[in-house]
Amino acid sequence: MMAGVAEDEEKWLAAGIAGLQQNAFYMHRAMDSNNLRDALKYSAQMLSELRTSKLSPHKYYELYMRAFDELRKVEIFFKEETQRGCSVVDLYELVQHAGNILPRLYLLCTVGSVYIKSKEAPAKDILKDLVEMCRGIQHPLRGLFLRSYLSQVSRDKLPDIGSEYEGDADTIMDAVEFVLQNFTEMNKLWVRMQHQGPAREKERREKERSELRDLVGKNLHVLSQIEGVDLDLYKETVLPRVLEQVVNCKDDIAQHYLMDCIIQVFPDEYHLQTLEILLDVFPQLQPSVDIKTVLSQLMERLSNYAALSAEALPEFLQVEAFSKLNNAIGKVIEAQADMPVFGAVTLYSSLLKFSLHVHPDRLDYADQVLGSCVKQLSGRGKIEDSKATKQIVALLSAPLEKYNNVVTALKLSNYPRVLEYLDNETNKVMASVVIQSVMKNNTRITTAEKVEALFELIKGLIKDLDGTAHDEVDEEDFKEEQNSVARLIQMLHNDDPEEMFKIISAVRKHILSGGSKRLPFTVPPLVFSSLKLVRQLQGQEENPFGDEAATTPKKIFQLLNQIIEALANIPVPDLALRLYLQCAEAANDCDLEPVAYEFFTQAYILYEEEISDSKAQITAIHLIIGTLQRMHVFGVENRDTLTHKATGYSAKLLKKPDQCRAVYACSHLFWVDDQDNMKDGERVLLCLKRALRIANAAQQMSNVTRGTTGSVTLFVEILNKYLYFFEKGNPQITVAAIQSLIEVITCEMQSDTSAADPTADAFFASTLRYIQFQKQKGGAAGEKYGPIKV
Amino acid sequence: MNFLIGAFKPPCNVSITFADGRTRKQVSLKRDNGQTIMVPLFQSQESIMGEVVVEPFQGKKLEHTGVKIELLGQIELYFDKGNFYDFTSLVRELDVPGELYERKTYPFEFSTVEMPYESYNGINVRLRYILKVTISRNIVSDIVDSQDFVVRNYTPLPSINNSIKMEVGIEDCLHIEFEYGKSKVHLKDVIIGKIYFLLVRIKIKSMELEIRRRESTGSGPNTYVETETLAKYELMDGAPVRGESIPVRLFLSPYELTPTYRNINNKFSVKYYLNLVLVDEEDRRYFKQQEITVYRLLETP
Repeated sequence: MMAGVAEDEEKWLAAGIAGLQQNAFYMHRAMDSNNLRDALKYSAQMLSELRTSKLSPHKYYELYMRAFDELRKVEIFFKEETQRGCSVVDLYELVQHAGNILPRLYLLCTVGSVYIKSKEAPAKDILKDLVEMCRGIQHPLRGLFLRSYLSQVSRDKLPDIGSEYEGDADTIMDAVEFVLQNFTEMNKLWVRMQHQGPAREKERREKERSELRDLVGKNLHVLSQIEGVDLDLYKETVLPRVLEQVVNCKDDIAQHYLMDCIIQVFPDEYHLQTLEILLDVFPQLQPSVDIKTVLSQLMERLSNYAALSAEALPEFLQVEAFSKLNNAIGKVIEAQADMPVFGAVTLYSSLLKFSLHVHPDRLDYADQVLGSCVKQLSGRGKIEDSKATKQIVALLSAPLEKYNNVVTALKLSNYPRVLEYLDNETNKVMASVVIQSVMKNNTRITTAEKVEALFELIKGLIKDLDGTAHDEVDEEDFKEEQNSVARLIQMLHNDDPEEMFKIISAVRKHILSGGSKRLPFTVPPLVFSSLKLVRQLQGQEENPFGDEAATTPKKIFQLLNQIIEALANIPVPDLALRLYLQCAEAANDCDLEPVAYEFFTQAYILYEEEISDSKAQITAIHLIIGTLQRMHVFGVENRDTLTHKATGYSAKLLKKPDQCRAVYACSHLFWVDDQDNMKDGERVLLCLKRALRIANAAQQMSNVTRGTTGSVTLFVEILNKYLYFFEKGNPQITVAAIQSLIEVITCEMQSDTSAADPTADAFFASTLRYIQFQKQKGGAAGEKYGPIKV
Repeated sequence: MNFLIGAFKPPCNVSITFADGRTRKQVSLKRDNGQTIMVPLFQSQESIMGEVVVEPFQGKKLEHTGVKIELLGQIELYFDKGNFYDFTSLVRELDVPGELYERKTYPFEFSTVEMPYESYNGINVRLRYILKVTISRNIVSDIVDSQDFVVRNYTPLPSINNSIKMEVGIEDCLHIEFEYGKSKVHLKDVIIGKIYFLLVRIKIKSMELEIRRRESTGSGPNTYVETETLAKYELMDGAPVRGESIPVRLFLSPYELTPTYRNINNKFSVKYYLNLVLVDEEDRRYFKQQEITVYRLLETP
């Protein structure tokens, strides 16, 4: 059915064009023979084609354009006619003899154009007559096109100041009056379209109307082009008149389009100076008008204007642009009771951007905007509308983008209050935005207070918000988020230890509420950040003021203990263990034996109670050994206890090779190179021998279970340990012991049961090469190695 | 009589000429046979002068019992064919009975003739002025020749010329107020006015202004009324809303109007009306007719 209509329309258009062309042909002929009477007759007939009611605006436009072209020729003909002696006044009358109004008025406008050009009468009188006569067309579509034609032919003939058609003192008013009147009438016709025809075609009508809107808007463009329209005239006459029409027409499509048009066509400085008048209109618009878009446009334009011309800034202050806009938005929201949250938020978002651009120094403005926004949101609960949340994110991101500094945003007291209204998901997004901003700009957050504020902002990431516990969170995303939090923690820094300690305490408070899933991510950076502080304090161990409350490493360690404990309780023992060891090492450097011992104790307890996976055990034991080896703070007793334990753990590992490796690693616990009081060669040898025994046992076990003795790698490794201690001058390690070990290895390698293992062979070979090399090197080393036979 | 003329060729030529025939304004007049001829134009109180030339054919003798010229104002009603009512009849004797052998010229003059009515060519009635020369003869029929002329009378600008203003409507449906600048218009006048729409509840498609002529002839039971629409002038296209005002500007010059004639010799009258017609979407017509008085304005050079 619709296709049928379109088809018919094509047919009607074709018929219209044909009729038009035919009459145009006769008209040309009459014009060529200077036959005025016939020319008028045929031109009127030609224009009668425009009387059709069957075409949609689109098709009608096509027809109109053809008629328009012909009318240009008619105009030239009229001009020639006046040169041939026919008075233009007579012509002006003559065309009005036409019986049909539409052709009559088209011709009248055409002659009117010639009439104005002839200057036989003041342009204003002719224009006034034309615009008045055009009232005869009350049909919206035909009227719009006719008046658009009038506007077209008259736009270069307005009695503008400086124009050749300039009239008396009031000339500019005449020009403005003419355009305004034509505009008003066109708008009325345009609005009227909405109310004609059946209700079911509303949608189509609206579409058609929007196709026609530029015809109406063009008048505003013409107004803006009139030279004589200065600020005063604009303020006193043009704008109030246009706005009056906008408000009175009570049509949402028109109001939206025209407000937009006003904002677009007139210069920014005019808007700035007439802000109050303009803004007063918004609350009066129809509730269905999309005010937010229009108002946002305005604010965007104004902020661009401010950005482009620095000299305009004082004007902004002078007219109090911000407070006016803020008030206006409040009123609009009040007036449009059923405006969705989305709309209100968009408005505030635009206002905030405006304020940030125009008044970057006025943080209070930004805070004010956020405050107003909170007021609007209050009582609505969490926002469900996704568009609205998007806008809030935009709103909240704006200050971050502008200042490139979260610290500034932290000063906005209403900022977190707005965040409250976001749903959890978005809250997280927002938090990520905040963190990214910090990262990107390398912002230093230097006081505990700011840290508190910051954590308030990103609390979506820090802890489970109510109701989300069971949400399905993508593992990857979660990791990503928490990693960013971890990075953020590193950014919190102050050179002053007191403040730094406060920061750490603040962070601790927040992250400890994060729950088991987050702690593994957030605790390590905090621990390391604390340790950094410890190292900083290390140098100034003695508190010069003797201040009880001062930050001391001890206090920090106490804190750390608690933090890591939380981690251990989750449980993530591996991580906790590592952190304990790190702390122990730091305590060691601070010469805090009891603290270090405590950390070790905690680590050992974890090892014993929580770490049951054998692989984890291996790693853990090696870590313990490594750390313990470096400890120098312990007294003999403590150290003995710890090393004894460590050795004990080593021997209890599940797999023989692992046992072996752990045990020979333990040998280092008794031989600390740079500390003479910790060189217990005997116990080193004991360890190594024990390792050898285990290696042997491993071989045998392998022989029994698999039929091959397995690799000699373990032996070669032990040999290397022997060589190490030998070189370090452990008297218990003798050439003979080394010699026999080498023999054992060679023997093993040659036995039939041994499995071929090229890596082990190579390892052994290079070890031998090393001995060889040392021998040849001569000197002390060469001497020492001399007796070893390879 | 005519039969006799056909039987015998008239023995002479008769021609009537006006003294100022060359300079006097000529206007076109439609004759019975449909031809248009140009005839001189007079107005009331003018003197009509000229000559009648009688020229017998070569060698013929014309005997007559007298020559006279008459100025006649006649009203001819078509339904009463053949009866002429002479409202003006003036006679001048040109010659006493005698014989004519050669061309003879008779000057004549009707001075300050009262010609109160204008020449008019209507649907059912005609008002004409003629000069009629009669050469009376014995036995054979008289020789008659006539010459038409047209009379138009001019009126000065009326001292009182009220506008026509009126509010009309159909209750709760349509209320309009119209205003025409004047109630008396001359033939080349322009009707200027405005139509205000006070209430519109019907879907109007267009509005036009008609000029209608009402010619009424006869009297009593024999009255014949003919109404002609001389002009249809579209004023508005589309449906107006409440509060709209539509301008009216109608030039009368393109239309062939005559002045309003009221009761011409108790025989006929011609009146003019402006008829405002509103057409709705179902092509129903709503109209209001107003009489206007048309007059002939003395054209000042």
